[in-house]
Order: sequence, then C-alpha cells, then structure tokens
Amino acid sequence: MAGVWRRTRPGQRARAMLSEALFLQLGYNATLVTIGAALLGVAAGVTGVFLVLGKRALVSDAVSHATLPGIGLAFIAMVMAGGDGRALPGLLLGAAASAGVGLLGVSWLTRRTRLGEDAAIGAVLSVFFGAGVVLLTVIQTMTAGRQAGLETFLLGSTAGMLRSDALVIALAGALVLGLVLALRRPMTLAAFDPDFAIAQGLNVRRIELAAMGLAMAITVIGLKIVGLILIVALLIIPPVAARFWSDRVDHVLALSGLFGGISGYGGAALSATAPGLPTGPLIVLLAFAIFALSLLAAPRRGVLATLMRRRRAGAPGAGGR
Amino acid sequence: MGAEFVALSLPPILIGTLAAIACALPGNFLLLRRQALIGDAISHVVLPGIVLAFLVTGLVAAWPMMLGAGAAALVSVLLIETIRRLGRIEPGAAMGVVFTTMFAAGVLLLEQSDTSGVHLDVQHALYGNLESLIWLEATGWDSLWDAQALAALPPELPRIALTLLVVAGAVLLFWRPLVLSTFDEGFARTLGLPVRAIGVGLVGLAAMAAVAAFDAVGSIIVIAMFICPPAAARLMTDRLGAQIWWSIGFAILSAVLGYMLAGYGPLWLGGAHALSAAGMIACISGVILLLAALFGPCRAPAGLRRG
Amino acid sequence: MKIDSTRPKAHAPVVAGMPAADTPPSPLEINGLTVSYGDTPAVNDVSVAFRSGAMTAIIGPNGAGKSTLLKSALGIVAPLSGQVTCWGRPLARQRHRIAYVPQRAAIDWEFPARALDVVLMGMYRELGLLRRVRAPHLARAMSCLARVGMEDFADRQIGRLSGGQQQRVFLARALAQGADLYMLDEPLAGVDAATERAIIAVLKQIVAEGGTVIAVHHDLATVPGYFDRVFLMNAHAIAEGPVATAFSRENLDLAYGGRLAPDPAGAAGARDAL
Repeated sequence: MAGVWRRTRPGQRARAMLSEALFLQLGYNATLVTIGAALLGVAAGVTGVFLVLGKRALVSDAVSHATLPGIGLAFIAMVMAGGDGRALPGLLLGAAASAGVGLLGVSWLTRRTRLGEDAAIGAVLSVFFGAGVVLLTVIQTMTAGRQAGLETFLLGSTAGMLRSDALVIALAGALVLGLVLALRRPMTLAAFDPDFAIAQGLNVRRIELAAMGLAMAITVIGLKIVGLILIVALLIIPPVAARFWSDRVDHVLALSGLFGGISGYGGAALSATAPGLPTGPLIVLLAFAIFALSLLAAPRRGVLATLMRRRRAGAPGAGGR
Repeated sequence: MGAEFVALSLPPILIGTLAAIACALPGNFLLLRRQALIGDAISHVVLPGIVLAFLVTGLVAAWPMMLGAGAAALVSVLLIETIRRLGRIEPGAAMGVVFTTMFAAGVLLLEQSDTSGVHLDVQHALYGNLESLIWLEATGWDSLWDAQALAALPPELPRIALTLLVVAGAVLLFWRPLVLSTFDEGFARTLGLPVRAIGVGLVGLAAMAAVAAFDAVGSIIVIAMFICPPAAARLMTDRLGAQIWWSIGFAILSAVLGYMLAGYGPLWLGGAHALSAAGMIACISGVILLLAALFGPCRAPAGLRRG
Repeated sequence: MKIDSTRPKAHAPVVAGMPAADTPPSPLEINGLTVSYGDTPAVNDVSVAFRSGAMTAIIGPNGAGKSTLLKSALGIVAPLSGQVTCWGRPLARQRHRIAYVPQRAAIDWEFPARALDVVLMGMYRELGLLRRVRAPHLARAMSCLARVGMEDFADRQIGRLSGGQQQRVFLARALAQGADLYMLDEPLAGVDAATERAIIAVLKQIVAEGGTVIAVHHDLATVPGYFDRVFLMNAHAIAEGPVATAFSRENLDLAYGGRLAPDPAGAAGARDAL
C-alpha cells in the first residue's frame, strides 16, 4: 500500500502548504477557486435543506445526471454556430435546460403513471446520462481527436478555471442563496406539511417546483467544481448533518449553510496543496466527516447522546434488545 | 451479416442482452419494494470496490475486482441501513450520503494511486466498453460449433451467462417467498418467513447482477436495466408473472436495438464512428419506458383510474 | 381489577374466575409482555390468556397499545420482555395455526396481484417453494372468496377494489390459511355496512366451527352484539372476561381514564348496553 501515497509530500511541507491554502495565500487562481467553492457550499447547503425536509433528496441526483445531454448539445450548438464550444455560460445554460427537462420528466412520470418517485428518478437519471454519453461520443467524432474536455464535468475540475468562470459561479451561487432565503417560509411549509400549506392557500406544486428549480441551479453551478456525479452530496450531506443539531428550521438552515461552506472551502484549499487531490471528492469527504461527527456527537439526536440517555433511563429491558 | 457480424457484433450483443436480463430480473422486485435506487447506489460504489481490489492485489483481473465490487456493494447497503437507523434519517437521504461519499473515496483513491500503467479510470467504470468484447477467432456462424473458437470467446460472456443462470434460478426457486414478503411483509412474518434474510438476499442478488454486468458493460446500463424495463413492464400489466416476462422482453429489445443503433446507425447516416453502445442501450430503454408511460394499458395511477 | 405486578405470581394471566380443569389450553397466552417505542412503553407488563372457542374484543383508548400487543404477540414487533405461548407451546411451533389480518395500509395497493392471488398467498405453507397451484387449491381459494362475498371479484387487481372489498379479500386470505386462531387488527375500521355484516358473519361462523377470534375493536356500542368476551387495556392489562361481567362501567373508566370513551356516541351506546 506504500505506493499509494507515494506522491504525498513530507509532513512539514504539506502542513505549511495547507495553512497557506487555508489562508488563501496559494496564489490568485487557487484563491478564486477556494472562494467560489465556499460560496457554492453555502448556497448548496441552504438549498438542500428543503429537499431533505421534503424527503426528495434523490430527485437532485436525477437532475444532476440529466445535465449531461444539455452540456453535449450546447457544445455541439456552439461549435455549429462557429464558436469555441467550451464557453462556460453556454454550457451551463444547456445543462440547465436539459436538467429542467429531466426534472419535469421525474414529476410527469410520478404524477401521470403508477410508478413511484424512486423509479422515476432512476429512469430519468440513467436514460439522460446514457443520452449524454452518446452525445459525448458524437462530439468525439466531430472534433476528430481534439479534446473537447467535456468529461471534466463528470467529476469537476478546477484546473485551468478562468477568473470569469469563478465569477459566474460566485454570482450565481449568491443569487440562488438570496432566492432560497427569500422563499424559505413557503418552502418550509410545503416541505413539512403539504396539505396544511394547501389549506393556507399556498400553491404547493409551484413552491415544490421552485425548490427543485433552485436545487437544479445549484447542480448546474456546481458542475465545474464538483462535477455532476458528486454535486448531490453537497445538497444532501450538509442538511442531514445540520438536522442533528437542531429542531428549528432557521437553525438548520444556518448550520447547513455553514457545514456546506466549510466543506467547500476546506476541500478546495486542501486540493490546492498537492496534485492528485481532486477538489470534488475532497469536498464530499469533508462534508461526510462533518456528518459522521454530527451523527455521533450531536446533543439529543446524536448516537452517543441517545445511548447515554438510554443508560440513564435504566429501563429494565433496555439492554435486552 | 456474416463473419464480421459473428466476430464483432454477436458477442457484445449477447453479453449486453444477458447483462440486461440479469439486472431486470431483480429490478422487478426492487421496483415493487420502492427500492429502485438501490441499483443506483450499488453501481456508484462499485468504483471504490474495484480500486481497492486493485490496490490490494495489484492486479487488473476480473475476479478480485468483482469480489471487491461485491464487497463494496454489501458495505454500502449495510452503511445505508446503519445510518438510516442510528440517525433516524429517511432512506433516500441516507442513500445519498453513503453512495456519494463512497464514490468520492473511490475517485480520490484512484487519483492517489499509481494506475497510470493500467486501464482503470472513472469513465471506463461508468460506460464500460461493450464494443471491445469481440471474438477474433470467429470466422462465421460455423464457429458457433467449433470448440476451439468457442474457447476464445470473451470471458465476460460465460461469466455473465453464469450470473444470469444463478439470478434466474434464485428468483424461480424463491418466487413465492419473494412475492409474499414484497407484497405484505407483516403477513410474511406471521407465516414465519425470514423477511430480513429475503430482503438481504434480494439486494445480494441485485449486487451480484450489478457487479457481473458492470464488469462487462459499465454502470449506466446497470442502472438503466435495473429500472427502465421493469418500470415499463409495470405499466403494461397487473399480473406479476406477465410483468416479469414483459421486462425481459424490454431488456432484450433495449440491448439488441441499442447496440445495433450505436454500431450501425452512424454508418447508415453516413458517419464513420460508432457511438457509445452503453449510452444507446440506456436511451432505447428510456424510449420504451416513455412509450409505455404514454400508451401502456396499466399506466394510470390508482387515484386517477378509480376517480 | 388492576393487576398488581408486584405480587409474587406477577405473570399469572388475568382470567375472570378460575378456569375449570377441562378448559382447553389457551390459544394465545401472554405473560409479562412489555413493548416500547423509544422511551415510553406502549405495552406495559401485560399478561392475559385468551379463551379458546371465543370471540374476544380487545378494547382501550387510542394509543393503548392494542395493535402493538397483537403485533408483538405474533413476533412482528420485537418485545423488550415477556413470553407468548399458543396452546401451551412456543409461538414458532404453532404459527401454522394462526392467521393475522392487519389493519389497512402498509401495502402497496398498486401491487400486481389479483384478489385470487392474494388469497392463494394464504396457502403458502401448503404450497411451499415449488409445488404447483392445482385445481383443488384454486377451488378452495374461490370458496374462501365466496365466504366473504367476493367470488365475483377474483380477477380484479386489488387496487381496483373498494376499501371494504379489500378488507374482505384479506379476511379471505386468512380463511385460506385454515387457521384455528384468527387475530384481526380493527377489521371493521372504515368499512361500509355490507362489509361489516359480511365480516362479522364470517367471524361468528369461525367460532361456531370451533375456532378462536381475537380482534382489536374500537366501537364500544357494538361490543355486546358482536363479541363473547372483552379484554380491556391501556398500556397495562385491565380486565379480561365475558362481556356481561368484564365490560363494566368500572373497567371502562379504568381503561379510558374516567372519560369513558373518546367518542360520545360509543360511550352512550356502551352505557345503554349495560
């Protein structure tokens, strides 16, 4: 197993690099990426709360996989129009369009047929992703050897990110964050008790669609940094972790944003310290570390707290099962 | 459609078809148990499984990798269950936490380890390489009766055939307990059926199909075949037996038509390069599902039908 | 009548009067059963022996643990402590003699199964893994459907039946098990009048043929008309006995905490019945 870690720097130097990275002293590009990732994390964490509360966490998985054909089509369209094909805004627009179609597909299959949402999610996810892969092979033949580099959207890639790219991501992330915060009351109502929300005169379908639309926006924004396979982690893990610490929605929102932000910031900073440390996976693993800590150590809802409570209660049969 | 077809197209079509059926069979039950996304989760965690197997054995060989993938699938299911119970988290979110984390760990391991000399990358894990499973020794249809040529068939073919045999045999043998516990778990328990074990067995069967199919055709087909053919079949009939047969038919149709379209479609249209067969097979299964959702005789949800 | 759980013979079952020497063994005897969801016990140290050949109603306020008692007696919910014996032997040995009809729900009504398929599931113990379904099996399944008045719907997918019809199909599945003890969880909850009549007729027939029926029941007004015996509980056991003696104001007050019943109509009915 020694060979696995061959590329790791000697400890001291790595620590120095890490502190430099964490304090944004690794140069302009790394700093841009780190700030962008942190913003993305905050926005994703906050948006994801409503998905998880509404028990629709995995719809975002379908949506994120459904971006791939849109990316491919946008590339083809831009090349045909005589452009570069790799312009980020164009690709993201295409991604958003096909993700939107995927989202409508999930909701159409769920409402109009007897299939459950899980089946609809899986069907849209695999079929759209398959279509995207077919388009990638079409693009390979079009560009005849020249790398289009669209594969980087699968796992994200921060190498060679442009200043304008980072700006697009930061601005869009801030916009989504603002919208989520503005819509948090109706979205909470709709996620918690749809029937009650309808009785209150809210258009629950439209609110749910808005929540999903915002999650879709996060997915699209996150493509460049985290990639379409892993972006759902940023929408799911921070909210689930935050839920352990509080029963109040506003606290969960704040914590989830914080956890997402820490994961984004830390993951991007860590990945800047050495080659072979991809940003997306690091962000996800950091988020999971926060989750694991919350699962174990959170007061009241955490595993340790539950165990201690059970012991203290000393129910005669508590140990029996 | 002669020697070239037998050598270049027949093996991948057969492998794709057998893989599709092997996934669709357990997929029917996962679908009815609202566990359709288990297939999604399993196919994501296959990556860390094969990377770990490679790191441990240093080999890019089928068996250790399949074992690693199978182990990873079981670990992921256990983790999902543990997290769901310990944290009182809804299953979808628990699944999302586990499979993204394991996939991320797989990617990180892959990047950190020295795999430059071997063919092991994320793309391959995702879309497989169905087109490369060719049978060079075949000289024509006669080769099907030539023991020497048959021995040179791609090893994926006997592997997936064996897997399908095991999966189909298990579904047939345990048909009644499977149906009973899927339909009404409480009732199955009052009959004394080992409901837990049946559930774990089904997931194990699915994992086995997924790992063997993944080895041959990549993750996309695995997810698509777990869900699309059974889902489309679900919209065609109200009888479980009939549903299984429909799903098998749809799986075969997707695999054959998808492969042919990917391989020959561009040529018919004047292009020079074949398209991704795995992607096309998933697409065809999606088209079938779309048609079933539009015209299937049993497509409507109960609420709409009764009202 | 409240059980004093501190007395030496703590787990002696509650039976009104001493059982005669020739009384057949109880088809369901529960000793010191405790079940807990989270921190609060839903069923608290309950001991009771149900009488063979009787039709017993389990009554108590909402959340009294009635369904939980049935489920844990059947091993669907794991108890914290306590023993269950059926006809004097462990449950595992006697499962084939017990049929359980759950409260509605917990089932995917879209499942691809016809009414007849559901009834055939009741014969699993006979059919096993591989034995083929033959004409006699089908005939028996059809006769079970006929007993609940559903023979005309044998080919209907279960989701396309009304709520009452679905409930009757599940009763037919229990009949197909050919059991000696029938345990039903609120069989009459939310069903139409025709279904209620059909179900009660079938249950009375079971008892007339020597079987035993235990049903969770919520409508106090109909207890005297439908049942021979009652078991009152509110997490702990309160009383078990013939309707004429155990279904008393005193016991009802104990079970329902003085407010008698959650539903005034039922309460009035209960008073009238006494």
